Amino acid sequence: MRLLQTGCQLLFTIMNAVITLEDVHKVYHTGEVDVHAVRGVSMEIKAGEFVAIMGASGSGKSTLMNIIGCLDRSTRGRYLLDGTDISQLDRDRLADIRNQKIGFIFQGFNLLSRTSALENVELPMLYVHRHLPGREQRERAVRALELVGLAERADHHPNQLSGGQQQRVAIARALVNQPALLLADEPTGNLDSQTSIEIMGVFQKLNEQGITIVMVTHELDIARYTKRNVIMRDGRIVSDVAVGDRLNAETELRRLREAQQAVQLTV
Amino acid sequence: MTRIWATIKIAARALRRNKLRTLLTMLGMIIGVGAVIAMVGIGNGAKAQIEAQIAGMGQNVILVFSGSFTRGGVRSGWGGAGTLTIDDAEAIQREIPGVTVISPEVRSQAQIAAGDQNWSTQILGESQDYFDLRQWPIVEGTSFSEQDVRSATKVAVIGKTIADQLFTGEDPLGQVVRIRNVPFIVVGMLQPKGLSVQGQDQDDLIVIPYTSAMKRVQKATMLRTINVQAASPALLNPVQDQIIQLLRQHHRITPGKDDDFTVRNQQEIADMATAQSKTMTLLLGAIAGVSLLVGGIGIMNIMLVSVTERTREIGIRMAIGARGGDILLQFLTEAVTLSVIGGVVGIGFGVGISQLLANKMNWPTLISSTSVVYAFFFSAAVGIFFGFYPARKASRLDPIDALRYE
Repeated sequence: MRLLQTGCQLLFTIMNAVITLEDVHKVYHTGEVDVHAVRGVSMEIKAGEFVAIMGASGSGKSTLMNIIGCLDRSTRGRYLLDGTDISQLDRDRLADIRNQKIGFIFQGFNLLSRTSALENVELPMLYVHRHLPGREQRERAVRALELVGLAERADHHPNQLSGGQQQRVAIARALVNQPALLLADEPTGNLDSQTSIEIMGVFQKLNEQGITIVMVTHELDIARYTKRNVIMRDGRIVSDVAVGDRLNAETELRRLREAQQAVQLTV
Repeated sequence: MTRIWATIKIAARALRRNKLRTLLTMLGMIIGVGAVIAMVGIGNGAKAQIEAQIAGMGQNVILVFSGSFTRGGVRSGWGGAGTLTIDDAEAIQREIPGVTVISPEVRSQAQIAAGDQNWSTQILGESQDYFDLRQWPIVEGTSFSEQDVRSATKVAVIGKTIADQLFTGEDPLGQVVRIRNVPFIVVGMLQPKGLSVQGQDQDDLIVIPYTSAMKRVQKATMLRTINVQAASPALLNPVQDQIIQLLRQHHRITPGKDDDFTVRNQQEIADMATAQSKTMTLLLGAIAGVSLLVGGIGIMNIMLVSVTERTREIGIRMAIGARGGDILLQFLTEAVTLSVIGGVVGIGFGVGISQLLANKMNWPTLISSTSVVYAFFFSAAVGIFFGFYPARKASRLDPIDALRYE
């Protein structure tokens, strides 16, 4: 009986798509020329997936990401996020969806300067409609920072943190409202390779806990840490494959450290 | 509630971040509000003083001025023609029921002397009722009597300034003062009034019976003015009308011809004076209002700069779920915080300035609590008005554009 129940739940989770895109188009009207950035993308991302959207610049991946992130609306097509149709919502509803259902991570971290890490993490809770008491907000922010391993730096300002640490603060901020979906736009674009792997480690850990992650990247090796790679060209999906030889961030980091030690020993 | 509090905290933090800029922007508001408070204080002070001065004219007073005349193309002012006679005055007293007392008046400027001191001053010839009518008490000695007026006795009541100038350190009562070499005995001294709003010394005068003034000093036969007191405020207008009728009859003015005299009652004079002081208050307030406007524009300017500078921050806030309304509220709160703090400091500044003017320069100032309350709410309104456009601009930013802004 219990087995059946868990089985049903599992099935439900698998069946339940977090993101459903149906023939999504985006046309920008800039001056005389219409730029057709996305030309009919249909895709489904289920709960618990870890997807990398890849492509050259101008392939439409960033536009698609903005649509998925409810920062922008499609010109044509349907977009269901967590079962709700986003295409018809107004600005305020979109803001609420960004606040409640989506966590954003940017290439440039986008933390508020001269504001402590903890306060940065608390920020999304400021815009929640049913306001939490201050103490509870603080507790949740601290927990989010613990999750990314930065609890002891809570009172540091962004300029006192390294790039990797800043990106961890940004991840904590994205997680604090317990969203269904984590969206990362080139999260490792400003980081060196070792820090990039560390960040991918954080993502893999979060994904194992059940959080759905969609990430835009143009780095092939970074994409190998995800579970599914979607490649775009000229506004269309040209390839959508599961990652076969998936990398594990922990193993890679260990290998990197050993290599570094070996270099130090020989020198 | 917590949300509003959080917004205020964000605004306060943003303002603290640019201390000098915040201070300079506030300075615009401080000077503006301070100027308004101080200027309105000066205006109200002047108004209160004028009102006190008019009340000092006495109660229910009607003034009858003799008319102007033209001689060789030169027109004299009111009271110059001498169209009023003692007969006219007595007729008013006798024939008009609502009149309580009158005081016929002649006026001249003359050199007076006592001992080895001399002084040029205003000589007023009045009846014994003048002091009651004008509600001007005699603080030392007595007034002259009806008998003194009837027999044109050489007695005088002097103002404080005369006592100071002619009888330094001495008791002036019983002393002799020579007016155009006619000796008068000082019988009383008037309560000092100080300077008028126009800066005239109101105590620089000497009052003698009008009969004495006409016979012994001026050798005049005509009156300049007749001061009339009506029994009650309600009688002011009827009595005034009756005086006009009576005098036209006495002066044989046929219908259609102009009066050769002018009648004014206290209410009219008061209205004229308050209208003047109102104009002054309005003018001062308007000038100060301009600086408040400039302060408001300063706030708008800084808020626009701030919105541009923080475009990226706005983008971040929007990306993590801030609605346009949240952003609007944030920037509006910032502008209102600026203007309200500036306004409160400005109120203090304005009160200080007017205290200083009152103490150091003897300018009468009067700060009413209503003007302080008005100033407070007005500065908040300035913040909302001038902060709204920049805040709305911020709230309408596109999150993607704002995030890309460098």
